[in-house]
Amino acid sequence: MIRIVRRAEGIEMEKRFQSKVSLVTGATSGIGEATAIRLAAEGAKLVCVGRDPQRGQAVVDRIKKSSGEALFIAADVRQRPLVESAVKKSLEAFGRIDVLFNNAGTEGPLKEIVDMTEEEWDEVLDVNLKSMFLFSKYALPHLRKSKGVIVNTSSELGLIGGPKYTAYCASKGGVVLFTRALALECAPWQVRVNCVSPGFTATRMSERELSHYPDKEAARKSAMENIPLGRMATPDEIANAVAFLASDEAKYITGAVLSIDGGTTIK
Amino acid sequence: MSPNSKRLAGKVAIITGAASGQGKAAALRFAQEGARVVCFDIQSLDKIQQVVDEVRKLESDGVAVQGDVSKGSDIDKCVDSTIKRFGRIDILVNCAGIITLKPFLEQTEEDYDRVMNVNLKGPFLFTQKVIPLMLKQGRGKIINYASIDSFVGEENASPYVASKGGIKSLTNTLALEFAAKGININAIAPGQIDTPMLRQFTDGHPEVKEWMVKNTPARRIGRPEDTAEAAVFLALDETVFIHGTTLVVDGGWLCL
Repeated sequence: MIRIVRRAEGIEMEKRFQSKVSLVTGATSGIGEATAIRLAAEGAKLVCVGRDPQRGQAVVDRIKKSSGEALFIAADVRQRPLVESAVKKSLEAFGRIDVLFNNAGTEGPLKEIVDMTEEEWDEVLDVNLKSMFLFSKYALPHLRKSKGVIVNTSSELGLIGGPKYTAYCASKGGVVLFTRALALECAPWQVRVNCVSPGFTATRMSERELSHYPDKEAARKSAMENIPLGRMATPDEIANAVAFLASDEAKYITGAVLSIDGGTTIK
Repeated sequence: MSPNSKRLAGKVAIITGAASGQGKAAALRFAQEGARVVCFDIQSLDKIQQVVDEVRKLESDGVAVQGDVSKGSDIDKCVDSTIKRFGRIDILVNCAGIITLKPFLEQTEEDYDRVMNVNLKGPFLFTQKVIPLMLKQGRGKIINYASIDSFVGEENASPYVASKGGIKSLTNTLALEFAAKGININAIAPGQIDTPMLRQFTDGHPEVKEWMVKNTPARRIGRPEDTAEAAVFLALDETVFIHGTTLVVDGGWLCL
């Protein structure tokens, strides 16, 4: 049974992020987009970072249509000067950062290790993990001032392995320990750091992953059968968890992994 | 939080261990969010009724039930009261818990049995009684209180630690058995939380409290309200895809 999850726009939401500023990477689609919309619906001003200006502007327009404030910054999250500049532009636009959602990610080439190139390995590690280092590094002085929060996107594949996902798993496992170490570092500043571990979620990334199989729909069916709840997550379901971790309701939660995977990692 | 956001409006929750500590905080927070709350505890009916009085002050409704969470007949009494009064059970929060603090070689068989009965057998039996009703309703939520001690050891608390490992594993397995049947099952793993149970360690031993604070990255003991927030989150309709997980609420304790 597919549950209808209430969409963030147009529904009266508790405004847990009124006057807060959130920076979301990977905001042009999927989990990043859903989270940006959700945080905006709860009162936050959004800085959306991604590569695709058209998609990025579309997200910004949706937020503005619901009376929110948002800005899109095109950036390759692997590049230090672009990350530094993106954070600087956020501050120029909104004066503060309260929530950093390190969400940009790529699934990688979906090849066995012997077929992978060095460039393919580097791309996955740089997009998925190095970008978190860079954004956290530049955002932290501002998060310290605001006693803000960081939420990182790991994956169920940061806890369990998957064939043809060596780089992705390494990066997502890295996200978990990066989160725990950074949580310790940031605790004296009262900045909380947590991560979400989504399972199979209905996003462009997962569609790309399924397209690697000769029979896409058979692959989808097989993937869903592997999930105890028997269905994929919607991006809103992940966004809901990110919003919780970023809110004051989670004030005693730091260094934690919140799995949203329909039971996949406990079977 | 907006005073109007009654995110659990229309829901009926049974909370064990509701007379004090984390159970009480959960009962009050649920009531604040619009849930009607059945407060179950082994402590005196008067004490439980005080919590229900506070529930009513929060403009919700509740019932006090006194009983032993490890006795099938007391559980039946609680479930019957709930159905009689409210007609449904949407959420079961297995929060009741006890601890016996002694070196392993001094723990008695009675200590072991008591701790296991409350901390593990109680949730096992209570969940067994409630799930058939939830299956008839087509949906329900079970929230178990595990512990940081589900992940790491704690000296001088051997039966407690064993029970907390057990409740985490029980959560995992029930999540698998009922995944496709509309029952959403998770656990919370609190760290050091300021409750009567914690004060068993710290009363008269300020150095113990200091040690706890020092070893908590967040540099404070948790408040019962901190874990109550996590219980509300897991109780929401929106969180059904979070399933079989144990959400750690410990101020970073497990990171060290």
